[in-house]
Amino acid sequence: MNRQQKEQYLREYSTLKAQGKPFFPYAVAKDGAMACVVMLAIILMSIILGAELGPKADPTTTTYTPRPEWYFFFLFELLRVIKPPELVPLATIGVPTIAMILLFLLPFYDRGPERRPERRPVAMIAGIFTIAAMGYLTYLGASAGSPTTIEAPTPARIAALPADQRQMYEQGKQVVAQSGCLACHKIGENGNDGPGPHLTDIASRLPAQGIERTLINPTAPMPSFKKLQPEQPETFRAMVMFLGELKGDEEGGGSEGG
Amino acid sequence: MPKLKVPAPPIPEPLKPRPRRPGAPKQKPLDAAADAGAHVVDWVDERTSLSGGLRWMMFRKVPKGTNWFYTLGSATMFAFLSQAVTGVFLAMYYRPDAAGGAYESVRHINDDVFLGEFVHGMHKWGSSVMVILVFLHMARTFFFGAYKYPRELNWVIGVALLILTMAMSFTGYLLPFDQRSYWATIVGVNINGTGPLVGPYLSDFLRGGAEFGATTLSRFYAIHMMLIPGAIGALIGAHLYLVAKLGTTAPPWLKAETAEELREERA
Ligand code: HEC
Ligand code: HEM
Repeated sequence: MNRQQKEQYLREYSTLKAQGKPFFPYAVAKDGAMACVVMLAIILMSIILGAELGPKADPTTTTYTPRPEWYFFFLFELLRVIKPPELVPLATIGVPTIAMILLFLLPFYDRGPERRPERRPVAMIAGIFTIAAMGYLTYLGASAGSPTTIEAPTPARIAALPADQRQMYEQGKQVVAQSGCLACHKIGENGNDGPGPHLTDIASRLPAQGIERTLINPTAPMPSFKKLQPEQPETFRAMVMFLGELKGDEEGGGSEGG
Repeated sequence: MPKLKVPAPPIPEPLKPRPRRPGAPKQKPLDAAADAGAHVVDWVDERTSLSGGLRWMMFRKVPKGTNWFYTLGSATMFAFLSQAVTGVFLAMYYRPDAAGGAYESVRHINDDVFLGEFVHGMHKWGSSVMVILVFLHMARTFFFGAYKYPRELNWVIGVALLILTMAMSFTGYLLPFDQRSYWATIVGVNINGTGPLVGPYLSDFLRGGAEFGATTLSRFYAIHMMLIPGAIGALIGAHLYLVAKLGTTAPPWLKAETAEELREERA
């Protein structure tokens, strides 16, 4: 906007303002009605939905689901959409930071005098696209559950092992299934595609020691299971053993993995 | 007679107070009470000159065509006030003790305290309501072009308020210290840590060290209870000052109409 446009705007605005009504009581009445609606909505939600408390936080257990509040889903989903590890910093901090800077500076790069939505096509398209993208990512996040079972037959090679080994494998399978890994990893047909890599054939990519090291000292955003090893060594070993047997050759364990 | 004059409220004709009948007692107790109140207000005003500011805020004109979308900002502020009030009640019982006290105190609020779960629920769902309202209010100002001259600065303050609101939810999510909040916050802090340059420092700062522990909880608690609410309160003050100073925008399509009218008048 140049000086003339600014002056014109101010002139026009003061006319419109002079034709308006006083803030009190006209706008205050509307605001008050809206405040009652907000209050009512909050009270109803509190009565109907309650304030349920989950089980107590326990750094050593493995049954957890890392799920943020719903309005952060779109940030979490960005991780799933942007897969390659070298781009992860871009997804996690890069895109939100850039979006934030663009938002802050909006009035400084969109300086046209036009205010009517139908005459600002670029701004409208960008705005609607942003809203649609955030809505879509939130929807994805809401519908991506965190499955707690792994549906995959035990391969013949495991069935041939001695009983205690077999049992350990099954225990490991259960622990992994209930540990929220599937929120970020896909094993066969189970779990979510990202942000972590497929684990279907992890054993053919990473030796057992490597898996152990990842669990103890993972790259962010994967949480660490460091406390589990000293406190529940059985569980931990079963988990590593199960993962160490994921060679991607199970029938039913998806072959598209990896 | 008090100096302060308040304009007559726009109430329907039959409800308006009648003028005093001749012969009726000059001062009823109610009038005396009203006078006393006005005198107190006068006394304060004489020493502070606040009434000018109040009049400036409340009796400014709002442009023609202002519609329901313009209530979203004040609705957000109301949701924030509701969060502040319910938060104070929760803080009376909450203990930021990572060794189990935090979880126990929230359980105590839910199970034992009178209306505890209700107030806890209002605070919990109020956060969702406030986030929705902030986004709706931002969408309104965006689509109405309200961020343009001369209101650029108000937009910038608004974005800061948006970020602080989200930070509020992030820090609050940990406080119940149940499984969900614990692990979700670990992942959240880890995500911060992958950021370029400041990422690792930011997540170290949030954790209060390299490990996630007791310091993390009290740090989140202090940020959630004092730092961010104070900042939000101050910024809302600045935001509202600018709104009153610059006036709210008229709906953008009104512009053409008045231009039409003016041209017709001139013709
Ligand atoms: C918050 C999401 C998240 C959760 C929960 C999670 N991971 Fe991960 N995991 C990741 C990400 C992201 C990577 C990739 C890190 C990298 O590339 O360095 C990864 C990497 C791995 C790797 C190494 C894969 C490779 O190809 O190098 C293994 C093994 C692994 N995770 C196992 C697990 C197990 C077992 C669990 C559950 C106990 C689990 N993860 C839970 C996100 C997660
Ligand atoms: C805690 C959050 C916020 C509160 C309490 C708040 C409050 C308000 C109020 C009461 C108004 C008066 C007009 C109206 O209600 O529409 C207003 C106007 C405004 N707000 Fe906000 N706001 C908040 C967040 C934001 C955000 C996130 C933005 C944008 C990024 C923003 C940008 C603006 C602008 C540009 C105006 C001027 C609108 C006009 O003149 O028509 N605000 N705000």
